[in-house]
Amino acid sequence: MNEVVENPAQEQNRELSELVKREYKEGFFTDIESDTLAPGLSEDVVRIISAKKNEPEFMLEYRLKAFRKWQKMKEPEWAHIDYPKIDFQDISYYSAPKVQPQLESLDEVDPKLLETYERLGIPLEEQKMLANVAVDAVFDSVSVRTTFRETLSEAGVIFMPISEAVHEHPELVKKYLSSVVPVQDNYYAALNSAVFSDGSFVYIPKGVRCPMELSTYFRINEMNTGQFERTLIIADEGSYVSYLEGCTAPQRDENQLHAAVVELVAHKDAEIKYSTVQNWYPGDENGKGGIYNFVTKRGICKGDNSKISWTQVETGSAITWKYPSVVLQGDHSVGEFYSVALTHNKQQADTGTKMIHMGKNTSSTIISKGISAGHGQNAYRGLVKVLKGADNARNFSQCDSLLMGDRCGAHTFPYVEVQNPSANLEHEATTSKISEDQLFYLMQRGLSEEAAVSMIVNGFCKEVFRELPMEFAVEAQKLLDISLEGAVG
Amino acid sequence: MLKVQDLHVSVFGTPILKGLSLEVNPGEVHAIMGPNGSGKSTLSNVIAGRDGYEVTSGSIEYIGKDLTELEADERACEGIFLAFQYPVEIPGVSNMAMLKAAVNSMRKYRGEDEMSAAEFLQLIKKKAELVQMKQEFLKRSVNEGFSGGEKKRNEILQMAMLEPTLALLDETDSGLDIDALKVVADGVNALRSPERSMVVVTHYQRLLDYIVPDHVHVLANGQIVKSGDKSLALELEERGYGWIEDEVSGLQEAS
Ligand SMILES: Nc1ncnc2c1ncn2[C@@H]1O[C@H](COP(=O)(O)OP(=O)(O)OP(=O)(O)O)[C@@H](O)[C@H]1O
Ligand SMILES: [Mg+2]
Repeated sequence: MNEVVENPAQEQNRELSELVKREYKEGFFTDIESDTLAPGLSEDVVRIISAKKNEPEFMLEYRLKAFRKWQKMKEPEWAHIDYPKIDFQDISYYSAPKVQPQLESLDEVDPKLLETYERLGIPLEEQKMLANVAVDAVFDSVSVRTTFRETLSEAGVIFMPISEAVHEHPELVKKYLSSVVPVQDNYYAALNSAVFSDGSFVYIPKGVRCPMELSTYFRINEMNTGQFERTLIIADEGSYVSYLEGCTAPQRDENQLHAAVVELVAHKDAEIKYSTVQNWYPGDENGKGGIYNFVTKRGICKGDNSKISWTQVETGSAITWKYPSVVLQGDHSVGEFYSVALTHNKQQADTGTKMIHMGKNTSSTIISKGISAGHGQNAYRGLVKVLKGADNARNFSQCDSLLMGDRCGAHTFPYVEVQNPSANLEHEATTSKISEDQLFYLMQRGLSEEAAVSMIVNGFCKEVFRELPMEFAVEAQKLLDISLEGAVG
Repeated sequence: MLKVQDLHVSVFGTPILKGLSLEVNPGEVHAIMGPNGSGKSTLSNVIAGRDGYEVTSGSIEYIGKDLTELEADERACEGIFLAFQYPVEIPGVSNMAMLKAAVNSMRKYRGEDEMSAAEFLQLIKKKAELVQMKQEFLKRSVNEGFSGGEKKRNEILQMAMLEPTLALLDETDSGLDIDALKVVADGVNALRSPERSMVVVTHYQRLLDYIVPDHVHVLANGQIVKSGDKSLALELEERGYGWIEDEVSGLQEAS
């Protein structure tokens, strides 16, 4: 008798479909008509999504255009990663305001998750929100939120879900949406444009320095933005904003595929600082579960003397595919990319950046730190492109890899395309191991092996951590420690 | 305090120490001299508990404990300090952060509370003055870009901060200019006390003018082949090691 043996790819694919199906079964309640669509993607589905969100006509057209482009596109295969094929017809693309079952108390939450919150030093009330436990009246998140909204609106800053901005500021959305990432930019961006659920919209008016780091205080509310997140940030002339994405607490997200798009626009003399600390569930030590994260992040330095910095610390996801990029269009504009990517167990990361120099006297800096442990695979892929008119472009790239153990890998692929001879490009790359000398030195000073490893790794990441806002940096360090547990010995 | 008996040590399979014995009592300073490659650093490393140094026979006892049972960090917390012959660079980790972690790790081991930030700052300032080290070195990454002499001075700063019971100084004087040598010697002498012991590895009698040893030993070919008082160091300076090796081989032939 023949037994049917699934290969690992099929098996994972089946799991993926099952997850999607489970969501279909459990995620929805009474009103069948209004809640979840059956899996599959078609023009009708796109129309329904737009209709359900009550979107203006221009949004429907936008989505349909994206969908038609997407249909003609092929899933990329060039990334240095390996994963089972995703059946895009097996995913449900609309599952309206998702209400998760609320728990009565923290006693019902997975103790392992709580332990991690504890060690990250997350306040109790916030832990409850993260774990979706009913919150005491003492912590009135609504009023906290309102206070911040007031402060922001006094400054003229617009900060709201993009689904609201579509209604309240259609002219801005129309003008800027996909002005940086065209719908046909890549497979996942096209898909996102066709079906995106929600995300943040930020507009900083001329000459305004945003009075607070956006999103720190809101992170709790940013939890359920779904798998096709869309973010659009515009800094008008002479303005400044620092935006923090993500949450350092581990998220047990049921959505396996994430395909977000983030667009940044910096006008003349404006500066945008975008920081991400991300710790999605990476899957277990065998690579089971975990999130596939395919993200398109791009900013344009549109005006002269504008500046965009991406800082990211990535320790989560089973598979990460992500290249925050900057288009340096304005003269004297500046692009920066600071990244720490950690892969452990069976995680794979393929990240990097693209710096496209167009204006004169533009400069870019790339600092990438990859840490691989266990069977983790880390690839850096960077492109520095200098166009014809970009006189005196300068780039400095530094890609350092740290290996822990001998079953992991690091790969560096720096690409350079220069069409202007005045360009000045510098590239440095190093690969190192945590040396036995360093470990012994620190242990001789009384540090445990774990503390010594943590100290060496944090030192390795220093140039990136110091770019993060203070409290984020502290959390990022703790996060690395937790993620690296059991990586030595 | 420290009792090493008939110690045999192999490093990655190669026998290096071949029956070494040494006893250090509280308050004593011992100097160890000997030709290159004789096993001086190996002895310091094996006492400090470095991986890869295998004790094939013999024993190391420290304040009544069998040291081979303890990990390197536990030995450090028990009061053993090694000033490295070649101090290691740790990029991105400030001297200050490292020392703070070290001080607190040892306090925790002893069941004490962490040192407050203010208290720590005061202490490290005082100790930095003692070894005449500028404040800016405290903020720099551990040993990164330090000159040879600065690295050695940094080892003494760490020793001053951690106040060990047994300090092993492995060629801390090598590569130091005369002024730095005095600074290092002052740092060491400031720590001398009836409870504290030191083992000073050096090639030069000059250091011993400043740090006066109670005993001087000659290590050759993995064994201590001669011991004496500080006059032995002077004799070595004058005559080199050849005569001792001759003496030893003469003895071996006679027996
Ligand atoms: N990891 C190793 N593998 C093989 N041999 C080693 C190793 N470490 C040390 N040795 C050998 O052990 C011997 C003793 O070395 P050690 O460093 O203890 O000498 P030393 O007395 O400190 O010399 P120096 O005065 O030059 O510092 C040398 O011959 C050295 O080559
Ligand atoms: Mg030596």
